[in-house]
Amino acid sequence: MISSQHNISSLSRADATLARVTGSIALAVAVLLGLVLMLLVKESWPVLAGGGWTRFFAGEGWFPAGGQFNLLAMLWATLACSAGALFIAVPLGVSSAVFSRFYSPNWLVMPLRRIMVLLAGIPSVVYGLWGLTVLVPLVARWEPPGASLLSAILILALMILPTVALTSEAALAAVPASNLQGAAALGLSRKGIVLGVALPAARIGILTGALLAAMRALGETMAVLMVAGNVVQTPASLFDPVRVLTANIALEMPYATGDHRAALFASSLLLMLIVTMLAWLAGRGGAHANV
Amino acid sequence: MKNIEVLFYRSSFRFVMIALIAASLIGTASAAGQKIVLTGSSTIAPLALEIGKRFEKLNPGVRVDVQSGGSTRGVNDARAGLADIGMASRALKPEESDLMAHRIAIDGIGIILHRKNPVQALSDEQIKEIYTGKITNWQQLGGEDRKITVVNKAEGRSTLELFLHHFQLRNSDIHAHVVIGDNQQGIKTVAGNAGAIGYVSIGTAEYEEAHGTPIHLLPMAGVPATVANVRDGRFPLSRPLNLISKGAPSGMAKRFIEFAQSAAVDDLVTAQYFVPLAR
Amino acid sequence: MFKNHSRLNDQLLTLSVWFSVALVASVFFWVLGDLTLHGIAKLNWSFLVSAPENAGRDGGIGPILVSTLLILSVALLATIPLGLGTAVYLSEYTRRDNALARSIRMSLNVLAGVPSIVFGLFGNALFCIWLGLGFSILSGGLTLACMMLPIFISLTESGLAAVSSEWRHGAAALGLTRAAALWHVLLPAAAPAITAGLMLSIGRALAETAALIFTSGYVDRMPGSLSDSGRALSVHIYDLSMNVTGGDEPAYGAALVLIVLLVVINGIAASLSDRFLRLRITTS
Repeated sequence: MISSQHNISSLSRADATLARVTGSIALAVAVLLGLVLMLLVKESWPVLAGGGWTRFFAGEGWFPAGGQFNLLAMLWATLACSAGALFIAVPLGVSSAVFSRFYSPNWLVMPLRRIMVLLAGIPSVVYGLWGLTVLVPLVARWEPPGASLLSAILILALMILPTVALTSEAALAAVPASNLQGAAALGLSRKGIVLGVALPAARIGILTGALLAAMRALGETMAVLMVAGNVVQTPASLFDPVRVLTANIALEMPYATGDHRAALFASSLLLMLIVTMLAWLAGRGGAHANV
Repeated sequence: MKNIEVLFYRSSFRFVMIALIAASLIGTASAAGQKIVLTGSSTIAPLALEIGKRFEKLNPGVRVDVQSGGSTRGVNDARAGLADIGMASRALKPEESDLMAHRIAIDGIGIILHRKNPVQALSDEQIKEIYTGKITNWQQLGGEDRKITVVNKAEGRSTLELFLHHFQLRNSDIHAHVVIGDNQQGIKTVAGNAGAIGYVSIGTAEYEEAHGTPIHLLPMAGVPATVANVRDGRFPLSRPLNLISKGAPSGMAKRFIEFAQSAAVDDLVTAQYFVPLAR
Repeated sequence: MFKNHSRLNDQLLTLSVWFSVALVASVFFWVLGDLTLHGIAKLNWSFLVSAPENAGRDGGIGPILVSTLLILSVALLATIPLGLGTAVYLSEYTRRDNALARSIRMSLNVLAGVPSIVFGLFGNALFCIWLGLGFSILSGGLTLACMMLPIFISLTESGLAAVSSEWRHGAAALGLTRAAALWHVLLPAAAPAITAGLMLSIGRALAETAALIFTSGYVDRMPGSLSDSGRALSVHIYDLSMNVTGGDEPAYGAALVLIVLLVVINGIAASLSDRFLRLRITTS
């Protein structure tokens, strides 16, 4: 190994330095991230101040030119898209991680991981382009207009699947081999080992992955913008076109001024609030699972 | 821990140093000269980029940096001095009278349908009824029994404002099924849906139609939607592509604007499927 | 009877696992096949090295490749030390109920949910205007680093946290400092998670469009230095496919190049982490 031998006298000093260094790095990161929050609050302050936030949940709809900033329809659309995408991607992603760890022939493990990494790295605009030229026309043949909640869910599922698969695989890899061998020695079937030992032991990592995937789904912009249809309405069926919060920001931000611009910044605060709640829920879930 | 950081540093450091040295070698070739910054409309950005490249060739030592971000950004940046020249794919509004617009090209807006759709012409009144949701099936217009998919532009886009103004509509009256951002998204959406109707830039639609994209342009008020008719001013729906300056331009910015308005760039305007100025 | 039932169940699980993987793989090949079909005609050496012409319809992507690599190096150079430092601090030097750690963790989670266009506006305000870096590769890379940090830290920290505390006790019992324990035991054990975090971050960075339009910019000239504006590949692909008529073929070509680039960079990342973390990521 590269590290030198440590003598007793240098022990505490090295540790203290490391604690200070990493601590100040963490603080710097926190400050940086605090700046992002500050920008958001500052930019959205004109509509938030004086109880203006109630306008986001009342009124006839989203008509920024007329000073109507009701975000509810887009909020439901956002949640529906992300929930739908998770509903598809989590089972598939965890399955493919289980496959890699327990079912796959050895030669297939690396190619499969490469595929996941590639899927993760395809730019969202390429997914959007593919969705717009291949997926949307397919759905349109079934039920026009094609650009719909369903298309958005399918594209998002494809985009977050690698996150779920890679993090689940890492979590499964971290399960001590001795646990698995013990279970095998007890005569458990492969299914018993997977469902009874490996997945429960890896649940925190899998949960983290699902959470990251949910955040990616909530924050995804370009691909959804191209396939979701972007009509501001509360979705009543899978084939309804919808507009999600991020697409709204991307579509209108370059053209917005005054209160309209502030309302767009405020809608990204709303997105962050959702993510915070998710993180909090996941944290609680993780804590419970620990007990 | 330190070791690992050092190692990571070392390897990436070396990589970046090599990149930096390479970059600075390339950098020395271009002498530090004057720089013109343009920001604004994403529609104009590719054209401005090409004009900029030609301008750089004719004026050694000058650099033209083009940044996109929307017409409103172009107007704001020109006003705030963040950009030497703004780009806006629309006429200036009354409250923007502190700025000067310099037209460099024209862009016609035409209605497109899917190629399979047998409807060959629509009156202004019919288009209005389609967009307000009074007509919902092509059968009502002599076409096949197929639901109409109305493709509209997103709030704030100058093509939308132009469309609304021409048909005397308000955006809240429109019953859209798909709302799009950029021009190509409109063409791709209509090309992928046999029942769709949308409005896009005529030059680009002509190109796409000629290259096999399954769309066709409709005439408007009896005038065929062609680039030639837009140039003559006979086609009813068109918008200017403007460069924006704060007050009268001067120095290098003035030279650039004059160059962009001259016949020397007509071929570039045509190559981006816009309509050159009639001189 | 019971035994038969459970064997059937076992086979059912096997079948469904195989089925999901086959589904994922076939969708992947569908997407990649489409991209290849449309873009392969463009792929040749001169496409890789020559400058774009006629708004990207002709010519190549040489300067754009260079800009992309520079932006990515800046981003990684900021993310890796900051991210590792923060993750180690959070997992090794704080209790789970520490107030500072909790607020850092919270803000990381929150930031993962900020839409990328907002990061773009933030980067534009902070790096381009306030710090005076202007539209530049530096601004773009630093903005990307802000976006990558939450993913990278979160995965690295969860990787470290998943290492059984017995290992820490064992290392302490052997008289190792925490620093040595980290280097010899904890980081290698967390290697799969760190590598996954690195790869996801790189993927995210290469795929980012909206944030870069406002920070590293649109200029498609060969960058002369890190303070020059330079167009990233993803921005180029977006512009060609959504804004430039007749730009689909070079857009698909550029997308293919981006994917190959990702394979290469991930390969390098994997072998680096293999070497430095001294644990093969294929633990199977």
